[in-house]
Order: sequence, then structure tokens, then C-alpha cells
Amino acid sequence: MNESVLMLTIMAAIGLGTPIVFATVGEILAERSGILNLGVQGMMLVGAVAGFWITFQTENLWLGVLLAMIAGAALSVIHAFNSVTLRVSQIVSGLALTIFGTGVAVFVGRAGDIPLIGEPSPAVFNKPILPEALADLPIVGPLIFGHDALVYLSWIVVAVSSFYLFHTRPGLTVRAVGEDPASAEAAGIDVSRIRYIHVMIGGALAGLGGAYFSLALVPSWLDNPVGPAGWIAIALVILASWRPWRALWAAYLFGAAGRVSFTFQTLGIAIPASLLAMLPFILAILAMLVLTSGKRARFLGAPAALGIPYFREER
Amino acid sequence: MARKRWTFAIALMLVLALFAAACGSDDGGSSSGDEEFKIAFVHVGPTADKGWSWAHDQGAKYLEANMPGVKITTLESIDEGPDSQRVFEDLAADGNTLIFGTSFGYMDPMLAAAENFPDVTFVHATGYKTSDNMGNYFGAAEEGRYLSGMAAGERTETNLIGYVAAFPIPEVLRGINAFTLGVREINPDAEVQVVWTSTWLDPTKEGDAAQALLDAGADVIAMHQDTPAPGQKAEAAGAGWVGYNTDMSEFAPNGWLTAAIWDWGPFYLTTAEAVKAGTWKPEVVYGHMADGMVDIASFGPSVSDEMQALIETRKQEIIDGTFAVFPDPIVNQDGVEQPLGDIFGMDFFVEGVIGSPKS
Repeated sequence: MNESVLMLTIMAAIGLGTPIVFATVGEILAERSGILNLGVQGMMLVGAVAGFWITFQTENLWLGVLLAMIAGAALSVIHAFNSVTLRVSQIVSGLALTIFGTGVAVFVGRAGDIPLIGEPSPAVFNKPILPEALADLPIVGPLIFGHDALVYLSWIVVAVSSFYLFHTRPGLTVRAVGEDPASAEAAGIDVSRIRYIHVMIGGALAGLGGAYFSLALVPSWLDNPVGPAGWIAIALVILASWRPWRALWAAYLFGAAGRVSFTFQTLGIAIPASLLAMLPFILAILAMLVLTSGKRARFLGAPAALGIPYFREER
Repeated sequence: MARKRWTFAIALMLVLALFAAACGSDDGGSSSGDEEFKIAFVHVGPTADKGWSWAHDQGAKYLEANMPGVKITTLESIDEGPDSQRVFEDLAADGNTLIFGTSFGYMDPMLAAAENFPDVTFVHATGYKTSDNMGNYFGAAEEGRYLSGMAAGERTETNLIGYVAAFPIPEVLRGINAFTLGVREINPDAEVQVVWTSTWLDPTKEGDAAQALLDAGADVIAMHQDTPAPGQKAEAAGAGWVGYNTDMSEFAPNGWLTAAIWDWGPFYLTTAEAVKAGTWKPEVVYGHMADGMVDIASFGPSVSDEMQALIETRKQEIIDGTFAVFPDPIVNQDGVEQPLGDIFGMDFFVEGVIGSPKS
């Protein structure tokens, strides 16, 4: 063993954090347009099962990724319809989406002539895609060049969405819609269209995050490979204060917290394992408490119109 | 107007959700006939887990195939805890005369349900409580664990074996200790590093715990939980894998060594026949290799012929009663000899285990 514990923990953090990066950035995009979507868990599960299903049939991982994104986006349309067109409570609609998505995933996993449940995935995202010479470099090799394709995709997603939100005109439009839809509309922006699009992008990214579980982290199907990741992503949006780059670090921090509970045990550090297992959740709760108390949430960048149905006629 | 839309949308979503949930369950309708003998099984995980619940479901299928006129209802993924009492009572009210609950956490809820339905027979796996109409059953997995440890002891080159453990309860500690004794019969220098996950079925966590052990230098992974995730991580790392519950070799064709496995079918059949005949008594059943309840799975490609023969010999000795898995006195983790005591209350690790037996 010439790799240090720290290195291995960082590698694990990146692996375990990647699906949460996708889902968190997706939720940031939706929330930046003013729509709170608590259906992340449902969208991730639908993406996970859709991606697993097509990969199981075709052994093609990229088809799995594509279908996972389509499935996540398709499910999110229900939420967009509820919250943008029907203007119902976004909280209730989002929760219903999670319940529905969970049911769909369980159902699809058991349907068909060969049920997916209990089956391993015939193909797995676990191979570094860059030349081995690069990955063999000390320290930066594994950290930067030693990952599978979806990790690099997640970095691209973070960079692109951050640039999009904060350095482009369409991104400014999205933020305007999330801050003050009435003014945005007065400036000629189609609020509904912007919100539909970003809820769907959020759904596609959540679906992709789900597929990372079923095609990379736990490449088999057993009702729920995702664990509570969807809920974590929603909490991390706040921890990341609605900024994609911070979402990347927050997700990795969460990934590291998950691994640390096991690493400590192998190192013989005498902290009860059950306590360590709680660490990621305590971290998330603390972050939310600290960051959202009082007026700080506003200051952090919570979109002003987040979660508020927009009625044109009530302006 | 907004409210009307709101109500409509929520109603729609709920209907869809219920529809999906209904599709997902495989609880057949209950047509009541006096002739049929209704038996129910309640499992903590999906019966397709290829692990614990799957093994019990195989037992249920054996019962169904061998007992004419039996009607079996299977409920899967039922959470442990207070709400499971409602599940047991629903099944009792539905005309099931015999109800099996196959997870430790069902114990108290089942006891409460048994009190409310004195005419129904309840049988609980892995617990320790009984009443007039509730029995319990389990088996000596440690016998299979010991044998699987022998295969692991042969395989390891780093002399570090990782053990992904569930909860620090006697059942799990017995498994770890028996496994370690088997490992060290073959390889006295090998040690077994335990990592607790506090889960029975969470593939992400269990896989990651295995990865942490592999990162720490383990070249064989053993496990207690109901998912094959640790085996997939071991396979990807080129390490060996000792599974549990069932033959899971398809998840790691190269790394697979063997596993302690269950055969619950004959027990389910004799229990059902006793209940039907009215001869059933509430008792504590602890099955052994000699009864066929516990066995060892097929061997993977890296287990040598000599080792397979040695394991078979040891297996026969266990069946004949000439070899005891746990010696008495026994040497504990600190190298101190102590009386074995009651194995159903086991709360210590044997020599060679690294980690804390208290989680």
C-alpha cells in the first residue's frame, strides 16, 4: 500500500459524491428558476431503473445514461405541469413525485419476462478513460486522471452550469425569473417556458445521478440502489448556496463523510460506528441550520421567488 | 380557482402513486376457502435479493411444492419495527393460520400480534422470545462460516481479510468468530478486520465498506448483509469473496470462494404439517448442518482441490458431532483464555479479529 489514507478517502469522496453532484446541480438549476422540486429522490430512482434496464438489455452504458436522463426529465414534466401550469403547492407536488417515482422504479424492476431485480449489470462504469500513463503520475494521477467517464461529465456539468448561470445572458434570465418573475415577464421573458425547461434539465441530471448508482456504484438492481441521495441533494443545494461549484465540494464532502465512518474503523479509531454512520446527516442538518437561519438564506442566494407559484393576473 | 386545480393535481398524483404501488406489490388477492391452508411469509427485504430473504423464499417455494392445498402469501420489503405488528395482524385477520416473520426486528411486534390472535401460529426467525402461539427458529450458521473461513485462509496473501458486518448482535458475532477460527486453522497469521455498516440491506454502504477494507489492504472480503455489493467490489479489485445466505457466485465469478448457506424448506414443511395436524408446540428450533438447515455453497475456481477435500472432511466431522466450531475455553481478542459461555449471548471477538465487538 503506497497510497495514503487521505488519497483513498478523496478518491472515495469523488466516487460517492458524483451522483449527488449531478442531482444537486440539477436541483440548483430548477430552484434558480424559482421552482422547488422535492421529487429528486423519485427522479433519481426512475433514472436509475431506466438506465439499468436499457443497459441490461443492450450492455450499452451510454444508452443507459441517455435513457436515464430522458426518464428523469419525463418525470419532472409532471412537476413542471403541476407547479408552473396548475400552480399547485410545489412541496406537495414534489413529494408526490418522489412517492410516484419510487413506485415506478420498484414496479419496473419487477416487470418483464426477466425481472431486473436481483440481477447484476452486464456493463459497469468503472474504467478510467484517460491514458494509463497519466493516471500513473503521483498524486494528481489518480486524483485527476484516474476516474471513469461520468466523473468527468460531472465536472463538465458543474463548469458549464456555473458559467451559464453567472456569465451568460440566458443564465441571467433564469436568475431573474427566480428572483422576480413579474418583472422578468414585464421585460418580455416567458416565465413558464424558462421554468419548464429548467425543471426538466434538473430532472435529466437527477436521472443521470440515479444511473451512476445503478451502473457504477452498485451495478445491480434491488429496488433502491440510491439510498437517500435525492434528499441529500436537496439539502446540499442550501449548503452550496445555489452555486454549482460549491455543490461539487459539498457533494464530495458528503461522500468523504460516508467513507470516513469505515476508514476510521479500519484504522482502529475508537468512535462508535453507529455514530460515524450518522456523520453525513448531522453534517447536512448542521449546514442547513447554520446557513438558513434568519435573513442569511436570502444573503446566500436563495432565489426570492423560490417555491412561490406565479400568477400573472395577481401581479 | 387555484384551489380547485390544486386539489385536482394532488388527487391525480395520489391515484398514480397508488397505482404504481399496487402494481409493485405481489400480494395476491384473498379468496377465502375453508379447504385451503393459508400460510404467510413476511420478509425484511425483496425476495429477489439473492441473499437472506431469497433463501427464505426458496424455503417457502419448497413448502408450496411439497404440501398439497397450501396457499402462500408473501410480503416483502416490510420494515422492522412497530408497524410490522399491523402487517402480521392483517395477515392473521385474512385467514392465515401460520405466519412466518424472517427478520430479527419483527420479534416484539409479532409477539404483540400473537397475543391478539391466539388461534394463529406465529413463528419468528433469529429471535429469542416465544409464547403459547409463537415459536422461533434459527440455525447454526457458524458451522458453515467456519468452513468458509478455511477457504478464505487459504486464499489470503496479505493475511488481512475484510469482514463487512451488519449489527453487533450475537448472531453476527458468532459468524465473525467462527469464520475467523476457520481462517486461522488454515493460516494462523491471518487476521480479520471487521467494519460495521449498521445495515442489513444497503448496497451503497455495504459496497463502500468493502472498498474501504480493500483499500486498507484486505485481499479477501467476507460479509453478513443481504446484498452482493461487497462481492462486486471484491471482484473489481481482483480479491476473493466469501458470501452469505446463498450461492452468489454469479456476481463475482472469479473472486467467489464459497459461503455459509441456508436451506429452510424442510423446516417450513415440518412446521406447516405440525400446525395442520395440531401437534405444533411453541419451541426454540436451532438447526444444524446435520439437519441440513445449514450448508456450504459451491466452491469458486481459486479454492484448491486439497482445501475442498479438507473442508469436506471438517464438514463431515461437524455433522458427526466430532468437531466443535467453538472450543471451550476460547481465546478472546486480547489473547486471554475465557469460558465460552452461552453462544446465544456472545459479546466478544476471538483472537485474530481486529475491530470492536460493540460497533
